[in-house]
Amino acid sequence: MTPIESDSQDIAVSVKDLTMAYREKPVLWDIDMEVPRGVLMAIVGPNGAGKTTLIKAILGLLKPAAGKVEIFGKPFESQRYYVGYVPQCGSVDWDFPTNALDVVTMGRYGHLGWFKRPSKMDRDLALDALDRVGMADFADRQISQLSGGQQQRVFLARALVQDAMIYFMDEPFVGVDAVTEKTIVGILKTLRDQGKTVIVVHHDLQTLSEYFDWAFLMNVRQIALGPVSEVITQENLKAAYGGRSAIF
Amino acid sequence: MIDQLFVLAIACVVAIACALPGVFLVLRQVALMSDAISHAILLGIVIVFFIVKDLHSPFLIVGAALTGILTVVLTELVIQSGRLKKDAAIGLIFPFFFSIGVILITQFAGSVHLDSDAVLLGEIAFAPFNRFLIMGLDLGPISLWVMGAVLVLNVTFITLFYKELKLSTFDSALAASMGFSPVVLHYALMSLVSITAVGAFDAVGSILVVALMITPPATAYLLTRQLKRMLLLSALIGILSAVMGFFFAVAIDASIAGAMATVTGVFFLLAFCFSPDQGVLQKYLRLKAQRVSFSATMLLVQLLDHEGTDTEREENTVSNMIDHMGWTEPFVKQVVRHGLHQKAIIRKGDGLFLTDLGRELARSAMTHT
Repeated sequence: MTPIESDSQDIAVSVKDLTMAYREKPVLWDIDMEVPRGVLMAIVGPNGAGKTTLIKAILGLLKPAAGKVEIFGKPFESQRYYVGYVPQCGSVDWDFPTNALDVVTMGRYGHLGWFKRPSKMDRDLALDALDRVGMADFADRQISQLSGGQQQRVFLARALVQDAMIYFMDEPFVGVDAVTEKTIVGILKTLRDQGKTVIVVHHDLQTLSEYFDWAFLMNVRQIALGPVSEVITQENLKAAYGGRSAIF
Repeated sequence: MIDQLFVLAIACVVAIACALPGVFLVLRQVALMSDAISHAILLGIVIVFFIVKDLHSPFLIVGAALTGILTVVLTELVIQSGRLKKDAAIGLIFPFFFSIGVILITQFAGSVHLDSDAVLLGEIAFAPFNRFLIMGLDLGPISLWVMGAVLVLNVTFITLFYKELKLSTFDSALAASMGFSPVVLHYALMSLVSITAVGAFDAVGSILVVALMITPPATAYLLTRQLKRMLLLSALIGILSAVMGFFFAVAIDASIAGAMATVTGVFFLLAFCFSPDQGVLQKYLRLKAQRVSFSATMLLVQLLDHEGTDTEREENTVSNMIDHMGWTEPFVKQVVRHGLHQKAIIRKGDGLFLTDLGRELARSAMTHT
């Protein structure tokens, strides 16, 4: 799966002059971001900074007021098969009548396209992915009976079967236990080591340098982008959080 | 006799045709849309009737379906404005359309067979008399043909787009990122609901359309946790409601549509109380069993605590449990019975004694907390 011409290979995601507003209030203001291929990057910032909105704008789920987004040098619409997405766990109805395997299989739907049904191969891929996140025994479990950590693992497995080049994940560590957090981090690092680009909305500044190579610090406007150690400076954090940052 | 069979056949076809899209309405939490659409279409029917002056014109169906979709569009616009919540937006548009329809009928169509009672409850008993004639050849009731076609349409659509409907209902963000436009699917589904409501409207009226679209899926939702089974079960419950409602209505000489709607409600009530998985009764029993077994463990710990002490004779008795734990006498009896059944305790008169197993259970309960 080589999506692109060689010169645009190095930039996985490029965002130019992205601005979004909710009614009159700007939620994203003039964001410029170039994420190199193969990094594990956190999007950090205070509540209401527009982190989720940024991801949704990149994925074309929200329409920006201005700006341009490119995935490997082309518009998202032509590149969607190279993109995997893990929405916030709380954004779906976990009482939906289905089981874990079925939810993971949904990750294959993008490859199948319209009309085509998932085959045995798709199901096998889904079972493998469940195994990778340590949920092989829960394939037949009703999703309503899964704990928060298990739900998040199912979502991650679903992203794995998308077999993407770039992953966007929205707060995958929310509501999970310590073991699940370690499992997820391990898998994110494996994906990075395979040359994939992983972009994660993250809340916890404490774990930032342990989990991620890169960070994008923002609060409506962008504040800094680069390797974690360069981004997380007192000055930058003050710019993002005002006086509210507790860790430095 | 043959007419009664036709009534039953029409009712069953309507029931299945309504239940299938209804499943997705219930899961998408827009069940009220069926109410909105099935009422709003009256306006379309009336307006087209004034234009073509023929109650049997196929344009009536087109006009009605368009009004249904217009209702959906306007409702979505109100929701997107962000000023009102979904339920308020849904409830806002259709009474307006419906009332205009009612005013137009009462003012200008007094002499026509288009009255507001028939609109709400329909008159399925008359449906067989409205025949489908081609060059003098009688092909049976029109309603059966219309609803048969609607049923085929619904089954085809849901079979073809099963995967897409499931994904966009469960996780519309992922569906959108994969290129399965949730907006397109939403409008497709709503068009299907409109067409179904229009087709069923003539035969069974808007209330039964709503009852058949929401209640069997809601009942099935309580009985299964699998989408395919939920679809099948909804259809089955719809058929059962139609058949039982029909015979019930004949027996007490009541409105057929009313009786069918009532039976759907009865099915829901039964599932709500007795569903093996999610019924109220099951939940109550499970909770009660949990309370008894937890209390029995507490009892074991209490017995272990005082075992071999000077106060054992007073503490470890049935009567002390009533004073000490603040449990009622019947509850203490239940708890003791549970302990005896577990073979964790032995009872001698008023006194209670641990068995080896009881001691072990008490210790493991202490270490696990």
